[in-house]
Amino acid sequence: MNLTLYIWRQKGPDETGKMERHDARDVSRDMSFLEMLDVVNEGLVKNGKEPVAFDHDCREGICGMCSLVVNGVPHGRKEKTTVCQLHMRHFKDGDAIYIEPWRARAFPVIKDLIVDRSAMERIMYSGGYISVHTGGVPDGNAVLISKEDAETAMDAAECIGCGACIAACPNGSAMLFTAAKVSHLATLPQGRIEAAVRVCAMTEAMAGQGFGNCSNHYECEAVCPKGISVKFIAKLNREFMRAAFIKWKRERND
Amino acid sequence: MRFLKSMVGRKVVMAVSGLVMLLFVIAHLLGNTTIFAGSDSLNSYAEKLHDLALLIWTYRPIMIAAVFLHVFFGIQLTAENYKAKPDSYAIRKSLNSTFAGRSMIWTGVLLGVFIIYHLLQFTFQVTDPAISADRNFDVFGRPDVFHMVVRTFRRSAVALVYIGSMIALAFHLSHGIQSFIQTLGLNNEKTLPFFQKYGTLVAVIISAGFISIPVVILAGILKG
Ligand code: HEM
Ligand code: FES
Repeated sequence: MNLTLYIWRQKGPDETGKMERHDARDVSRDMSFLEMLDVVNEGLVKNGKEPVAFDHDCREGICGMCSLVVNGVPHGRKEKTTVCQLHMRHFKDGDAIYIEPWRARAFPVIKDLIVDRSAMERIMYSGGYISVHTGGVPDGNAVLISKEDAETAMDAAECIGCGACIAACPNGSAMLFTAAKVSHLATLPQGRIEAAVRVCAMTEAMAGQGFGNCSNHYECEAVCPKGISVKFIAKLNREFMRAAFIKWKRERND
Repeated sequence: MRFLKSMVGRKVVMAVSGLVMLLFVIAHLLGNTTIFAGSDSLNSYAEKLHDLALLIWTYRPIMIAAVFLHVFFGIQLTAENYKAKPDSYAIRKSLNSTFAGRSMIWTGVLLGVFIIYHLLQFTFQVTDPAISADRNFDVFGRPDVFHMVVRTFRRSAVALVYIGSMIALAFHLSHGIQSFIQTLGLNNEKTLPFFQKYGTLVAVIISAGFISIPVVILAGILKG
């Protein structure tokens, strides 16, 4: 099939970008979206032109590197699918496809479709971990965890940190990402200990990195390739109120 | 206060102040329905309410605080959100967000202006002193609130302002009700669709209830 692509081209962080038209000829239905772009890029290179820069790594939907907004939806319109796992059979001959980078103040464009997502990393540095002390490896089942808690934690831990939630959010908020991390750790006994400190630190870091606030639009959940539920945002809110209450009580007792 | 600087803390204030206003709006609507039973019913309700000085002077400061906090943080949060999303997509497809949700700031500002107008009209009664209930009394010597309301809404321009504002309220609450439940952490994946659906229903019922008053007066069913 033949497609008309409109792709965001931007030479560098401080350049102004624009949508540029490219034609994709003889695209196979069995290609993935990124393979289709590879073919377009080969054509550009052959003609001595600059290929389109885009992020990718595993191409099997687990690393969270691929990050394209396809026709106005991060990762494209197929539910619970990263764009590297999106196949061309979901398009038809003659389609026009708009391809844009993640957009948010916290995600400056590096080049074309590649954005700098280290702001998400900095949210993680602020508390997205469990402080451990070095020593022997603990026994596998030394700490008992109920099946329910293990499953809830796993559901939250499915987040691959791609940032689609932020790209989809009308407020450029990182609430679903942060909520997944906060909930994943707070549900497990090892993470529970630092839960109050963590939720305060991570939400503060989110604001500090230039992400917006959550207005409960739930665009994030709709585009998440792992189907992370916004119930975890409710959990983050509960954890935050709990932390505020603990702090208030402590300050009163001092 | 760190709580009032944080993202979630300010949202909690929005949710609680929104809930306080929602409860007030429901009570206000129930009180207003006495108008359908006629002049005696509304005027005696209004008089009793004013006799309960303690009640009035407890809820008034609470309402003033709620409105102030809600407006202040609503504008502040929205301004931050605009800043966090400076560039728009060439093509944008909304999947879950609603028109009501995306226009909260505009329906909110409309409601703010409406609240001021409404207070000037029926609380301070300065918009049309000739029909003010503080100057006109019914046969029992009570302030004639019924007469004031009916005279006011007989002017179709005023009635339309009220109807329009109550439509804005329906939009604001259709997002707001499910939103405050989520903000206060009272949701899981099973309850969310339930609150979204019934939140909208409650919003529409409240709005329709208020709208019925000017409509009935304009239609000439309630006369005074
Ligand atoms: C007076 C002018 C008003 C303004 C400027 C205003 C503004 C706003 C804004 C901007 C939001 C969304 C905040 C966000 O995106 O996070 C909001 C939420 C809300 N508003 Fe209002 N509003 C007003 C009046 C009202 C009234 C009269 C009610 C109730 C009868 C109300 C109930 C709510 C509720 C329940 C929410 C949801 C809170 C949450 O997100 O958790 N608002 N308002
Ligand atoms: S490239 Fe790894 S998830 Fe898409």
